[in-house]
Amino acid sequence: MTTTRRPVAEDLFTWPAGPDDPPWLIGSECAECGLVSFPAAPDCVRCASTESKRRLLADRGTLWTYTTQDFRPPSPPYDGPETFEPYAVGYVELPGELLVEARLTEPDPGRLRIGQPMRLTLVPYTVQDDGTEVVTFAFAPAEEETP
Amino acid sequence: MTEAVIIGVGLHPFGRFPGKPALDMGADAVRLALADAGVTWPQVQGGYIGSYEVANPDAIVGRLGLTGVPLRGVFNGCATAGTALALAARAVETGEHDLTVAIGLDKHPRGAFAADPSVAGIPSWYGQTGLFLTTHFFGMKINRYMHEHGISHETLARVASKNFRNAAANEKAWRRTPLTPEEVLASPVLNYPLRQFMYCGPNEGAAALVLCRADQAHKYTGKPVRVRSTALRSRRLGAFEVQSPSFPVGEPVDSPTVDASRAAYELAGIGPEDVDVAQLQDTDAGSEIIHMAENGLCKDGEQERLVAEGATEIGGRLPVNTDGGLLGNGEPIGASGLRQIHEIVLQLRGTAGTRQIPGTPRVGYTHLYGAPGASAVTILST
Ligand SMILES: [Zn+2]
Repeated sequence: MTTTRRPVAEDLFTWPAGPDDPPWLIGSECAECGLVSFPAAPDCVRCASTESKRRLLADRGTLWTYTTQDFRPPSPPYDGPETFEPYAVGYVELPGELLVEARLTEPDPGRLRIGQPMRLTLVPYTVQDDGTEVVTFAFAPAEEETP
Repeated sequence: MTEAVIIGVGLHPFGRFPGKPALDMGADAVRLALADAGVTWPQVQGGYIGSYEVANPDAIVGRLGLTGVPLRGVFNGCATAGTALALAARAVETGEHDLTVAIGLDKHPRGAFAADPSVAGIPSWYGQTGLFLTTHFFGMKINRYMHEHGISHETLARVASKNFRNAAANEKAWRRTPLTPEEVLASPVLNYPLRQFMYCGPNEGAAALVLCRADQAHKYTGKPVRVRSTALRSRRLGAFEVQSPSFPVGEPVDSPTVDASRAAYELAGIGPEDVDVAQLQDTDAGSEIIHMAENGLCKDGEQERLVAEGATEIGGRLPVNTDGGLLGNGEPIGASGLRQIHEIVLQLRGTAGTRQIPGTPRVGYTHLYGAPGASAVTILST
């Protein structure tokens, strides 16, 4: 049986994504002052310009802070599965771009640390009644690179 | 400009009151405040009233008396009550009213707030995927703060324990069962490092104040409390705020609390060293710790020692949240900040009973913080 997958929203990250097509977050860059935004924003909150261009964001960064989600969030707006699995949430600093809030693939706070290298990935966060997996972006701990 | 002073305070208990509408709680609070001030409703010339759940809180005139008084609804998230007080004080200062009221009331259902992210200008996926929780921000902010400034889990637990102990001595508080730091640390983690008994909960309640011109206060009371300054600030670009899918790189910009606090001290001509008692937004135990520094009451990292020494206890050098704070009282959003002012007024009058701080306190400080990054500070003095 083939599983159908779809992204939770259009224009949030590149799609389709697979082993040969790693995902990228889709942000925007102000045409006037260069401020980088995520999700992509037509208007700039720094200089009030209404001109921006699309920009794919770095897929690696470092963990700036994190927390865990140990209870099922209220539905709506949450549309994850009724059988709740705790997950972690953090801000990942993409150097020179911005800090982005995301789910983390590692739910154990004992295995997360501030400053940890992270890389972008996609996770199926819920399954619809027809079996379609809904996919969102997340960051996973990356191998430490030895200099 | 003349100065505004508080001459009456009224507080409906905070908690759960099945079958009692928020407007009735508000009317009770107003009647208590009027009685405290020794005035009657027809003497009130105007007022400001805040609520999250009640669409037309100004309908309270139907309970209090249809005198034609202008009563303006205000809403500013968790800073609602600070805004109601600020506008009421301004109406007196500018001469619009000689006698005015600030009222807050709310009645929230059980559990965490749930809303569509679009009301905050945020896309739907943020809520669908489980990121739209204010509690995440508080967990992440204190986690980073603990890492940078050496704050321990025990200190989080001591703060919560203090506030529940203070609430136990407050007949109008909601959570009146004292908990030891060990019991707090034994409660389940909700958002690491924050545990169940380190969070406040939404609930129900109301509070009201009566204000008048300082030069007329003698007609009503021998112990007016002066409104020395009020300040409200929203977030600036680069500040780390609740409900932010992203924020810019670079040195984080000061929170709106820091901005509002500085403005309030400057307007009042009062410094942090002059503050005798403070009420700080303790949405969670970590927030109280961070807000001590953001409001200039200590340096970053000093909290570890201050809390261990008991400095923020009722008998300490700088008592914080003497009525139990949000942890002990819960948060009916519209009323919360006026509950803070109510407590400061009792402390400055010397009538806080078993919660009374020792000595002769002269300066009180209150602070609110909430989504999407708004902070209100009020400085009061005798
Ligand atoms: Zn710009």
